[in-house]
Amino acid sequence: MNPVNPVPAPGRRTKASSGGALRRMRRYRTLYLMMIPTIALVIVNNYLPMFGILIAFKKINYEDGILGSPWVGFENFKYLFATSDAWEITRNTIAYNAVFIATNLIGAIAVAILLHELRGRLAAKFYQSAFFLPYFLSAVVVSYLVFAMLGEEHGFVNNVLLKTFGLDPVSWYAKPNAWPFLLPIINAWKNIGYFTVVYLAAIVGIDEEYYEAALIDGAGKWKQITRITLPLLMPVIVIMTLLQIGRIFYADFGLFFQVTLDTGTLYPTTNVIDTYVYRSFMVMGDIGMSSAAGLYQALVGLALVFGSNYIVRQINRDNALF
Amino acid sequence: MSSTDAVKSAPKRPYSPNAVSRGTNAVIHAIFILCTIACVFPLALVIVVSFTDEMSILKHGYQLIPDKLSAMAYHLLLNDATQIVRSYGVSIFVTVAGTALSLLLTAAFAYPISRSGLPYRHAFAFFIFFTMLFNGGLVPWYLVYVKYLHLGNSIWALIIPMLIQPFNVLIMRTFFSTTIPAPLLEAATIDGAGEFKIFRRIVLPLSLPVIATIGLFNTLMYWNDWFMSLVFINDNKTVSVQYLMYKTMLNIQYLTSNVQASQALSQGGGAVQLPSESIRMAMAVVGIGPIILAYPFFQKYFVKGLTIGAVKG
Repeated sequence: MNPVNPVPAPGRRTKASSGGALRRMRRYRTLYLMMIPTIALVIVNNYLPMFGILIAFKKINYEDGILGSPWVGFENFKYLFATSDAWEITRNTIAYNAVFIATNLIGAIAVAILLHELRGRLAAKFYQSAFFLPYFLSAVVVSYLVFAMLGEEHGFVNNVLLKTFGLDPVSWYAKPNAWPFLLPIINAWKNIGYFTVVYLAAIVGIDEEYYEAALIDGAGKWKQITRITLPLLMPVIVIMTLLQIGRIFYADFGLFFQVTLDTGTLYPTTNVIDTYVYRSFMVMGDIGMSSAAGLYQALVGLALVFGSNYIVRQINRDNALF
Repeated sequence: MSSTDAVKSAPKRPYSPNAVSRGTNAVIHAIFILCTIACVFPLALVIVVSFTDEMSILKHGYQLIPDKLSAMAYHLLLNDATQIVRSYGVSIFVTVAGTALSLLLTAAFAYPISRSGLPYRHAFAFFIFFTMLFNGGLVPWYLVYVKYLHLGNSIWALIIPMLIQPFNVLIMRTFFSTTIPAPLLEAATIDGAGEFKIFRRIVLPLSLPVIATIGLFNTLMYWNDWFMSLVFINDNKTVSVQYLMYKTMLNIQYLTSNVQASQALSQGGGAVQLPSESIRMAMAVVGIGPIILAYPFFQKYFVKGLTIGAVKG
């Protein structure tokens, strides 16, 4: 292990003389040895591909290999941003994620508060288990469930729900305009249970005495929620939301790929950066475009993490992630 | 469990003066019962359809209360279950091996960086943390595994890429540094125990809650994964349960091409149709089964685990 450390550690260890540090490192050599397999794996799985971002600046052909292929500068990016795809996938990714963040937050906090107010503990437990269930299903399973509901010929919605109200069946998988409404519903159905668990744990942790005091002062339920529960939940809310905003440029691949059954007609409203990267590489074999889109995602994603973290630091240092 | 049960079992306990009124309570129950139905309904529908007679599906679509029940789909699926059994084998191996290896590697990295005296521990933590912030993208990542490591179509391609989850490393580190008392480690050192012995004999036994939690996260992640298969697998040997379900959804033929009975059926007469709708849903049930069976256990410990992980990392 080279003691010349390329990454400035956020600690204060630098004051130790290099001789002392070496001696201490020897003392801990077993611990360093334990870390080696993981370090090797992370280098292969994460750091080696990072050098691969240079592919985005090349025109890859298989004869010359990655290193031998000619450089083309920003050509791949020019092509990418010349298409309408670039705008479409960016818009879709951010807009869907923004809606998901909002619905998950509002939905989960509402459910958590109501669960906490419920008189029967057992019933609350039962409801929580039911709401949490969809979170455990893979995107493939969800695609089956959604298909059972929305399938054109036999789906429950067309055959039972719409029929009961005398409405004509809808070809859901051929209607791009329906999915900006369907996907948030499916996302809420799948994920609200998870966030409910997180927020409920935080609500349970709030000291009962606050509420007792509020009651004596004549505060009703609504006042208690807005003046006690929500302010005390704020740190958790900020962290959970910050984590999601940092990843607003990364879409839930399963939701947009599996649940839509990868239907071409739906691409205008369901193509996101992740599905675009996947399809242009694995389906179309367009390495240049795919790498360019991938790097675009990684860089903007990185900027967003730092940006959102910076804003939180300005407001309240304790709530920041780093 | 219905709402009335819960209300009936409760009245012995006096409610705090701050409890919601009976009316409000009933409204909350009503809302939650509707939500519960919404959460469970699609699953119930799929299960029912898998047991529905094909003709009845063709006539009336997927119904919660079908005209005619039939176990034909399962009969055909299990008639030649080679592919299903093989896929279960793949999924179980990937889940067990992946979870065990992942726990081992995660703990072996998280423990050293939790020790306050370890030089450069912040740099090592950042080394892991940075992978959450930036990545090289799909193309180079794919090329590393397929072109350089030659793991395309290998079962290890379903395991290795997911072994290190940075978030789990940070959860474990936080657990180690907040729950293992430093004096205990010092005492063990004074008694002559080596670092590895301390880790195995003291740290790990004290950390069972976090190990169980991360183990559960890993189990669910590996069992539910289909992305690695989508990217790395294109032969018919290493098909996990999730990937089999994915292929079945795309093409019912994929599953039924092996089924002799179905071939006989389709060759027998033009009028006889393969029960493709119910077979598809039966395949889904075969795939969902283990998750539903394990769910009561899973969700209980998951909820506990999420609160362990909630300690700020």
